Amino acid sequence: SRASRKRECRIMATVSVCQYHRGGFSFENCKRNALLEADINKLGFSSPAARKTGTTICGVVYKDGVVLGADTRATEGMVVADKNCSKIHYISPNVYCCGAGTAADTEMTTQIISSNLELHSLSTGRLPRVATANRMLKQMLFRYQGYIGAALVLGGVDCTGPHLYSIYPHGSTDKLPYVTMGSGSLAAMAVFEDRYRPNMEEEEAKRLVRDAIAAGIFNDLGSGSNIDLCVITKGKVDYLRPHDVANKKGVRTGNYRYKHGTTGVLAKTVTPLNLEVVEENVQTMDTS
Amino acid sequence: MDYAAVDYFFIYFSVFITSQAFCLNILWNTRGLRSQLKDSVPVTGLCPQAGPYGVQDSLRRGFSSVKNELLPSHPLELSEKNFQLNQDKMNFNTLRNIQGLHAPLKLQMEYRAARQIQRLPFLPSSNLALDTLRGTDDTIGFEDILNDPVLSEVMGDPHIMTEYKLGVL
Repeated sequence: SRASRKRECRIMATVSVCQYHRGGFSFENCKRNALLEADINKLGFSSPAARKTGTTICGVVYKDGVVLGADTRATEGMVVADKNCSKIHYISPNVYCCGAGTAADTEMTTQIISSNLELHSLSTGRLPRVATANRMLKQMLFRYQGYIGAALVLGGVDCTGPHLYSIYPHGSTDKLPYVTMGSGSLAAMAVFEDRYRPNMEEEEAKRLVRDAIAAGIFNDLGSGSNIDLCVITKGKVDYLRPHDVANKKGVRTGNYRYKHGTTGVLAKTVTPLNLEVVEENVQTMDTS
Repeated sequence: MDYAAVDYFFIYFSVFITSQAFCLNILWNTRGLRSQLKDSVPVTGLCPQAGPYGVQDSLRRGFSSVKNELLPSHPLELSEKNFQLNQDKMNFNTLRNIQGLHAPLKLQMEYRAARQIQRLPFLPSSNLALDTLRGTDDTIGFEDILNDPVLSEVMGDPHIMTEYKLGVL
C-alpha cells in the first residue's frame, strides 16, 4: 500500500539530506579510512594503535562479599601510555566493574551502564542488582558484535548476596566464584586455581587477589605498576588505590652535576654595558 | 507479517490502554526470538535512491558509484540503521504471541499517533510521547552522547526537507 511504501522510503533515506539525522555512531568515514589504511600499508607505515589496557584483572567471591583486583598499566602498542590508570570503574554504590581491552571502550561502556542503572534504580526505588548490570552490559556488547572491545569483570553485593560475572567483548557472560580477564589472565588464573577455596575470610581473599595480580604484573608485559583492590561488602566499599606498589621506580645513585669550584678561576674582567633610552612610545590595547 | 498493511485497526480510537504494562513487557524482552526475526535487515537501503525519473539525483545526493552502493562500509551499518525497527518488530511479535493480535494493533495505533507529534521537518523534535511509549525516556545510549544532532554545525535545507515531508519533492 502507499503508506507502507512511504514508510519504506523514509527508512531507506535516513542518511540523505531529506531526513533530520539521528545521533549515534556514524559510518561515513569507514570507506575512506579503509582506503587510507591500504595506502599507508603500501608505503610501509602503520596506522596509530588504540590505547589498550593490556591488563590483569580478576575477582573473587568470599564469605561476606566480593574482592576485585586490577593492575594499573595502560599500553599503546609497545609503549606504556599510562603508568597509573584506574581500571576499577564505578557502576553503582554496591557494584564495581574492572575493564580490560580498549581503554576508551571500557570507560564509555561502564559510564553509560552506570547512568542507565542509576535511572533504573530511581525508577524502581531499590538498590540495583548485579544481574541487572550484567544484562545491560551483555545486551549492549552483543548489539555491537564485538566491535566494542571491552572485556569486563563485574562484581557487587545486592539484596540476594555477592555476585561476580565476567563479560566478554562479544556479549557472552559467565557467573563464577572467581574470574580473571586480560592479557595476564592466565598467570592470575594459575594462582586462583592453586589457592582458591570457598568461603574465605577477607584478609585471605585480599592476599589471594593481590598475589594473582602480582603474578600477572611480573609475568606479562602488558600489565605492570601498582595493584588496585576493591572490597565490596553489604553496605561498605573499600576502594584501595594503590593497595600495593609492586614496582617501585628506582632512585638515582649518582649525579653528573659538578660542584662549584671544580674549575679554578684564573682572571676576571667586568665591562658595564651602558644603554641610553632613544625613544619611548605607548600603544594602548583595544579592549572594546 | 506486515502490520503496516493492516488498515482496519483505525476503527479503534480507544486510549485507555494500560501502556505502562505493555512497556514493562517490552523492556524486558530478552529472549531474542531468532525464529521470529525473518529477514529484518533490508539491504535495499544502500541502493541508489532513485528520483522521480528512475535515476539518481546527482544535485541533491552527489555522485554515485557502484562500489559504494553494493556493500555496506561497515558490518554494523545496516544493523544499526534498522536497530529500533527490529526491536519494535520483535517486541510486537512477542506481544502478539502472549496477549493476542489486539495488543500490538492498539499499541501500534498509539505509536502512529505519537509519531505525528513533531515540529517542522528541519527542527529537532523531542519525541517525548514516542519515547515514553517505547520506554526509552529513562535510558541513555550512544545516540544521546555521540553525534547529537542538536550540536551539529550544519542544518538541513528547510525547503528541501519540508518538500520531502509533504511529498512534493
